[in-house]
Amino acid sequence: MAKPAFGRLRLPALVGGALLYGVVVPQGEAAVLPDDRLDVLYHYYDGGGITVEGPSVLVRKQLGERFSVQGKYHVDTITGASIDVITTASEYREERTELSASVDYLRGDTLLSLGVVSSDENDYKGRSFNINISQEVFAAMTTISMGYVRGSDEIGRSGDETFTEELDRHSWRLGLSQVVTRNLVAELAFETISDTGFLNNPYRQVRYLDGDAPRGYAFQSELYPRRRTSNAVAMRGRYHLPYRASVHAEYRYFVDDWGIDAHTTRIGYTHATVPRFIFDVQYRYYTQGAADFWSDLYPFRDAQNFLARDKELSRYTSHSVRFGTSYELFDSPIGFMARGSINLVYDWITADYADFRDLRVTETPGDEPGYSLSANVIQLFFSVWF
Amino acid sequence: MSARLACLSLLLLIGGCSSIEPWVQPYERDRLADPIMSFDRDPVSAGYLQKVYDIREGARGATGGSGGGCGCN
Repeated sequence: MAKPAFGRLRLPALVGGALLYGVVVPQGEAAVLPDDRLDVLYHYYDGGGITVEGPSVLVRKQLGERFSVQGKYHVDTITGASIDVITTASEYREERTELSASVDYLRGDTLLSLGVVSSDENDYKGRSFNINISQEVFAAMTTISMGYVRGSDEIGRSGDETFTEELDRHSWRLGLSQVVTRNLVAELAFETISDTGFLNNPYRQVRYLDGDAPRGYAFQSELYPRRRTSNAVAMRGRYHLPYRASVHAEYRYFVDDWGIDAHTTRIGYTHATVPRFIFDVQYRYYTQGAADFWSDLYPFRDAQNFLARDKELSRYTSHSVRFGTSYELFDSPIGFMARGSINLVYDWITADYADFRDLRVTETPGDEPGYSLSANVIQLFFSVWF
Repeated sequence: MSARLACLSLLLLIGGCSSIEPWVQPYERDRLADPIMSFDRDPVSAGYLQKVYDIREGARGATGGSGGGCGCN
């Protein structure tokens, strides 16, 4: 039976056609390049037995009328031992360094961005490039965007030089931003991600019942499928209140072919009536189902073709609360700096796992209490516009 | 299939916009231009926190950003 005409259309052809439409048919008013700015950030995460901290620096500069370049340097220094490490391995310390660069090209209402990202850990190397194009239409009331990311990762395992695996990542993005009223702007985003290769964590293990083991269970390496495809759609909006403040809301739905579905909801309020200060409060709620092959305790060794006990793939809910403040250091130019701000942001994150058991507690296998964690996340950063 | 549908919808939307008059004029967008209305007011901060969530949650995508690496042991 012949497929319908629409079924024969390829996604790349559709994306290409849309891009061509955007470039060849200028509409509305000219878009603008992003602001020139420098951000210097220190971040600190403490939760679940792990501390992650380090600097992050981002600089963006316009070159002429049509180009803007951006560079970013980010370091995560990770110390401690998560619940997975406590129960199956030893405490560790490692560092991840991420470098990225991108260039934006502006032509009329069209903004074309190309970027590369490099991420290095002692046992993981990630490389990716991304392309994104956005087009303002309808007198700049509507902005459509499309993007593609291609990543290629190399995975190793500390202490085992013979272990090498690879992972290919593809991501396709679509976005639509719409001015709804003079006080309301809304966004719609869609993203498909397809990964092929080694998707396990090389250190993590699953447990299974073993009557000969001292605690009644033993461990074996986890084993994931070598392909994962996911879809996510998000809607978000911001509304300007009658005074200088705004409220925002967001909802995201996620589903993948491992059986995980997730809902993310976020609401927030930004208050800017106090001179030089901006205050932010935000609440985020996240809930997800487990992967089909996930289990906290398998009945015997090699019980399934795929095995997972990562808490990230289990059923759980998470609540986050944010408090942020920004203080404008100067509002008239000083030297090359047009304006600057100092910012402090605090997030408190909790997660309650429904099925992932806390093995620090000795109980009959399967009767241990559910694991939960809370984390403090602090960001202190300076921003300068020039 | 869903991605193709979204693409076609966007194309149709672009074409459809040509026959509708913009109802918010550029001179009426002062509030929308306020930084507190930006979805990406502090990109370095937003990118960092999104990474914090991404490596601890099963869900991913439709958030922006393009980082790599794991940092999730």
